[in-house]
Amino acid sequence: MAFRKKAATPPPEPPQPRTLFEKIWDAHVVDRQDDGTCVIYVDRHLVHEVTSPQAFEGLRMAGRKVHRPDATIAVADHNTPTTTGAMDDESRIQVETLESNVAEFGVPYFDMNDPRRGIVHVIGPEQGLTLPGMTIVCGDSHTSTHGAFGALAFGIGTSEVEHVLATQTLIQKPAKNMRVAVEGSLPIGVTAKDVILAIIGRLGTAGGTGYVVEYAGRAIREMTMEGRMTVCNMSIEAGARAGLIAPDETTFKYLYGRPYAPKGGAWDLALGQWRRLPSDKTAVFDSQLDLLASDIPPMVTWGTSPQDALPITDVIPDPANAPDENRREAWARSLAYMGLTPGTRLVDVPIDRVFIGSCTNGRIEDLRAAAEIARGRKVASTVSAMVVPGSGLVKAEAEREGLDKIFIEAGFEWRLQGCSMCLAMNADRLEDGQRCASTSNRNFEGRQGRGGRTHLVSPAMAVAAAIRGTLADVRDFQ
Amino acid sequence: MEKFTTLSGVAAPLPMVNVDTDMIIPKQFLKTIKRTGLKEGLFYEMRWTADGQKKDFILDQPAYQNAKILVAGPNFGCGSSREHAPWALLDFGIRCIISEDFADIFYNNCFKNGILPIKVSKEIIAKLMDDASRGSNAIIEIDLEKQEIKGPDGGTVHFEIDAFRKKCLIEGLDDIGLTLEKKSSIDDFENRQKDSQPWLHTAT
Repeated sequence: MAFRKKAATPPPEPPQPRTLFEKIWDAHVVDRQDDGTCVIYVDRHLVHEVTSPQAFEGLRMAGRKVHRPDATIAVADHNTPTTTGAMDDESRIQVETLESNVAEFGVPYFDMNDPRRGIVHVIGPEQGLTLPGMTIVCGDSHTSTHGAFGALAFGIGTSEVEHVLATQTLIQKPAKNMRVAVEGSLPIGVTAKDVILAIIGRLGTAGGTGYVVEYAGRAIREMTMEGRMTVCNMSIEAGARAGLIAPDETTFKYLYGRPYAPKGGAWDLALGQWRRLPSDKTAVFDSQLDLLASDIPPMVTWGTSPQDALPITDVIPDPANAPDENRREAWARSLAYMGLTPGTRLVDVPIDRVFIGSCTNGRIEDLRAAAEIARGRKVASTVSAMVVPGSGLVKAEAEREGLDKIFIEAGFEWRLQGCSMCLAMNADRLEDGQRCASTSNRNFEGRQGRGGRTHLVSPAMAVAAAIRGTLADVRDFQ
Repeated sequence: MEKFTTLSGVAAPLPMVNVDTDMIIPKQFLKTIKRTGLKEGLFYEMRWTADGQKKDFILDQPAYQNAKILVAGPNFGCGSSREHAPWALLDFGIRCIISEDFADIFYNNCFKNGILPIKVSKEIIAKLMDDASRGSNAIIEIDLEKQEIKGPDGGTVHFEIDAFRKKCLIEGLDDIGLTLEKKSSIDDFENRQKDSQPWLHTAT
């Protein structure tokens, strides 16, 4: 009989490889129930005037306080005017309600005269309030923007806004993991906006439902933080709960020295932790999509869903060629609403308005890209065009660089910061039947004004359209 | 929040795909500081012409004016996080929406307002869409405890729902109250985080 050695204690299991999403999630679980429902801690809560009044009212009714005012920041952006004119009464009441709520509950607030005021998703990163590894929420679906920093950031409803104000947590179940890789370098004239429109075109508007999407690959790594924010911003247009990009030297360089970023020893400590955030090499994703950067041309949407994205060189599609019955009906409805005929070349579609701005494309780099095309050219006489900076600081920087003059000389209006015609809650809106090349994120029916027709494009493409008076290929201008 | 146990009522068919929250309630109705009274804005641009004439939208047709259930096309509620969308549906009287799938934030928002969103297969949707198009004679019954939909012909189908969400709806539980019961876990978490990530606890 062979002598059998007593079994040694097995070596400890190697740690399970995890995705970036899983690392952030695991680090924020306060409580986990048997069915997988978790209480998740929220590190940063961004508040604006439209989705918060009922939440503060709920706290007041229940006699509750804001659990961590120091982790919260409020700003008015959705309703605010982009001219020096007055707000309509309802908008004014909503902004005043925010002001009285932040005063009552002690929440930090960038007021209407604060030069830092701007779109909530522009000012978070700008101030260093958005940091890698954080959980960030806001009563706004484009909170996914902050995922560009390797923060788990997503939009919530007003009841959840109240829940976070009262408890600094949310009740959630983990999402599934999707990896979208864009390999190779982007061709000339192709921007982050074109990349995300191409991705949404491939995934479809519900393709990301239930997932957190991590964007990876060389084209993403080569993007600036502004470009990465544009990509993550529109994750929600593919239905994803959030978008994420692994933090790297580009991220750290952007954040270093920002007002609310950690300083001194805290910066070194944070950096050490942030470097461990990227997905492990062998981490498992539930779904994967691969694109080649060289295959992505400048994109434009033709319909009323962000998934209706096509290369600018293409033609308006024919519902007869739709892949299924659902889409045939949706395409026909979109074409009727958009006033377009199948077979028309996209570059032959005339436009009336141009909007450059929003949390998707209202940052300094977007304005630089737009100004580069606008320099020395003129907006077509049939087009009315406006540029709305994403924040007061973006506006100031653009003015320091002389971009405002380039735009004004070209015939653009240079406005005050805010959400503006992305959702048309203020006075900036399309008239019935007007067609707009817009750098915003949604081309839904009525989004920019009742009967308004939206074509989503990059900032450079928006300028090209303004100059030509039709949708246009920016590569013809370079 | 009002409890949800059983529901019996007329179901309105809305087979469009990708009904977004801008469609459910357009921006001009988001300027309110209240949760109530939003039915005026529900599907506003589909119900009213630009000059204020009624368009004969499904929920304005006599058979569906008292509908409590919506049988909807896939990806219902996509787009914005506005909770005004479920508030407007609730204000109209809709307590249950049945679809192949929902956008995440809208789906979540429904549960916070005592609305039951039910996900079922394409085949079941096709059958329910047929039932719903029969108008006010076709009563659909929902039993959340049993997780069953009973059609007007008496046939039943089972649906899946997360156990915790089901419990919250049936008992009409206040999420915030439940979470505050875990206050000591939240405090412990914060104390650990203050040590390991002190930069997350410096004031804004």
